[in-house]
Amino acid sequence: MDGLLFSDLTVWSMDWTLLILLVVPTVVHGNPTVTVRTGSGPPVGSNQHPNSVPLSEDTQTTTEVREVVVEEVMMTGMLNPSHYPARRAATVVQHYLNTRYGSPYRWIFLSKVHSGSAEDVAEMRKYQLELTMQEIISNVSGQCSAELLFPGGEGQSAPQVQASCEGLLQSNTTAQEEAFYQQHRASNNMVSGNDIPDSYGHMEPNMKPFWHLGGVASSFIMLRESNESTLYNMAQVANFTQLETEKDQLRVNYHVLLHEMISQEIIHWKLLVTWSPEQGVQVLQTELQPKCHNCEAPPNTTN
Amino acid sequence: FVSLSQLQVLRITARDEVQLTLLKDLSEMEYLQLDVWMETTDLPTSVDIRVPFTSLQTVKAFLETEDIEYFIMIKDLQVMLDEEKEQMLSSARATAPRTSDDYDYSNYHTIADIYAFQDMLVAENPNLVSKIVIGQSYQGRPLNVLKFSTGGTNKPGIWLDTGIHSREWVTQASGTWFAKKIVTDYGRDAALTAILDKMDIFLEIVTNPDGYYYTHTSNRMWRKTRKPNPGSSCIGTDPNRNWDAGFGGPGASDSPCSETYRGPKAHSESEVKSIVDFVKSHGNLQAFVSIHSYSQMLLYPYGYTRTPCKDESELHNLARKAITDLASLYGTSYRYGSIINTIYQASGGTIDWTYNQGIKYSYTFELRDTGRYGFILPANQILPTAKETWLALMAIMEHTKDNTN
Repeated sequence: MDGLLFSDLTVWSMDWTLLILLVVPTVVHGNPTVTVRTGSGPPVGSNQHPNSVPLSEDTQTTTEVREVVVEEVMMTGMLNPSHYPARRAATVVQHYLNTRYGSPYRWIFLSKVHSGSAEDVAEMRKYQLELTMQEIISNVSGQCSAELLFPGGEGQSAPQVQASCEGLLQSNTTAQEEAFYQQHRASNNMVSGNDIPDSYGHMEPNMKPFWHLGGVASSFIMLRESNESTLYNMAQVANFTQLETEKDQLRVNYHVLLHEMISQEIIHWKLLVTWSPEQGVQVLQTELQPKCHNCEAPPNTTN
Repeated sequence: FVSLSQLQVLRITARDEVQLTLLKDLSEMEYLQLDVWMETTDLPTSVDIRVPFTSLQTVKAFLETEDIEYFIMIKDLQVMLDEEKEQMLSSARATAPRTSDDYDYSNYHTIADIYAFQDMLVAENPNLVSKIVIGQSYQGRPLNVLKFSTGGTNKPGIWLDTGIHSREWVTQASGTWFAKKIVTDYGRDAALTAILDKMDIFLEIVTNPDGYYYTHTSNRMWRKTRKPNPGSSCIGTDPNRNWDAGFGGPGASDSPCSETYRGPKAHSESEVKSIVDFVKSHGNLQAFVSIHSYSQMLLYPYGYTRTPCKDESELHNLARKAITDLASLYGTSYRYGSIINTIYQASGGTIDWTYNQGIKYSYTFELRDTGRYGFILPANQILPTAKETWLALMAIMEHTKDNTN
């Protein structure tokens, strides 16, 4: 269906008003619109999973890779939902939603871009998107409306996202989260793991929530690092080690591999993550790892 | 003698001398038939105790009364050993299939396995399949292409390749399945039979063997070739930026340390040059499909320029048909369009070159998934991926056949 409507740019951009009326769902009920703040705690009055925005202390090391020279044409006006500008912006919304709502039992992925538009606003780039997102553990989908601002100029600051979704957070994760929390909060058995998933895409069932948690925690980094020329996914949890529970928060050190699609680079990050059902996911520290050019990792073993 | 069945292994943490002494006393109670392994005598120390089921209640009660920490490490030793044994047997089975019917298509394989598979397939189907070695990788591995042909000379051909980027494991796995699918369907499936009666199919499964070997032994995320770069500690060139189409332009890197390094010059990599030479000397290829993962996309030229290719309309419509067929099997949803619009600007790409050589039906696939597992797609998705992709390939091959003289 995408090809039929959007193959000819001129035809379809003339029809964009009509398309808006047909395609855009009205999002009225459901989760409240949440504005992201940089730096402070959970939003006041939110009854959603209050993952906080990271107060990260970065230790950035210089990367050796020269920047890929990409001739970017900044699309303005209606966006083709099949093309990459809308897709990259939509993925940023995905990362944002995970920082807000993700948990060891809640992990959200972009399902479909329905429509989008972009415009220049002062020095910045503003996107509006209509999306379907899917919570992949319960398989529940929801419609989302989102607005993003990519900062312009020299600054390295993170995009700002607002999103409002309907139906996405229906699944009741309370029991599972509580059980997982109780299982791991006592200190007599610190869990650790590596290569999740392994080379064959396999992981032990008891590792899965830690995989989800790693993905959600990675979203804080991916959100912060995103711009119009990036597309991030978490490729793998290289390893994680649970630390002593502190202030009723589970604490885990993660080493994750992120895949950046445009440069095709695998980027290593270490992060310190806390979680509890009440406080949600928080990322206390992040540290970029230098790219190792001739690293030979020990072979992944099948379990 | 206690049979291995119905044994639990408890791991105990002894916090102090008192607890250690208690554990020692426990271990000396012969009627309990305990087996105690202690690593060190520094405290706190881990003590593993093998406990027969008959003694479990007693031991646990003792530990709890004395407030000694423990947890159950192995619930049932026999079960664990049986599972291990079964795993070893099944890997032994998997590494040495005697026929291509025995081969495990639902798993990822080493390069040795795939090369052996290729030879098996040729041996079993001598009238349909032959192996052409089009060149050697940097490290000297053969670049094998399976030719599926019902005879004749200089018939028009269709080219398929998988694994040009070594970390995209679902592609080599799918390529293996495609090879088997072709020999299975010839003479049974009307559409495939018609295609092969008119055209030859060439399939290169492990297009980057050095990289593939490296993903097994050293770095699962390796993408490029393994050829060193003079003056740099960084190895490898991106074989999908090394073709002579827009080479040197934006959309590739000039740094050897980059994952999209274009290489010192176009066709510098033998893995690429061998295909270039094959295409030119064949002279009659009508379709060229290069298969990657991940993102779930079907792409046509160009990647290096925004200028639409001459046949954009036809390629776009065919892509729509192909992904509709693909989706019909499991509902997997693909996007489609030109490379530069759909994914990013990329110069020196394979299908830009093949298209400019006159091979109209030049396509690139990006297979499953869209980021949840990415490159490390679980093996249980290999067959669904291969099967749905095959429907798209059939659409492309049929259209090619119907539009070829």
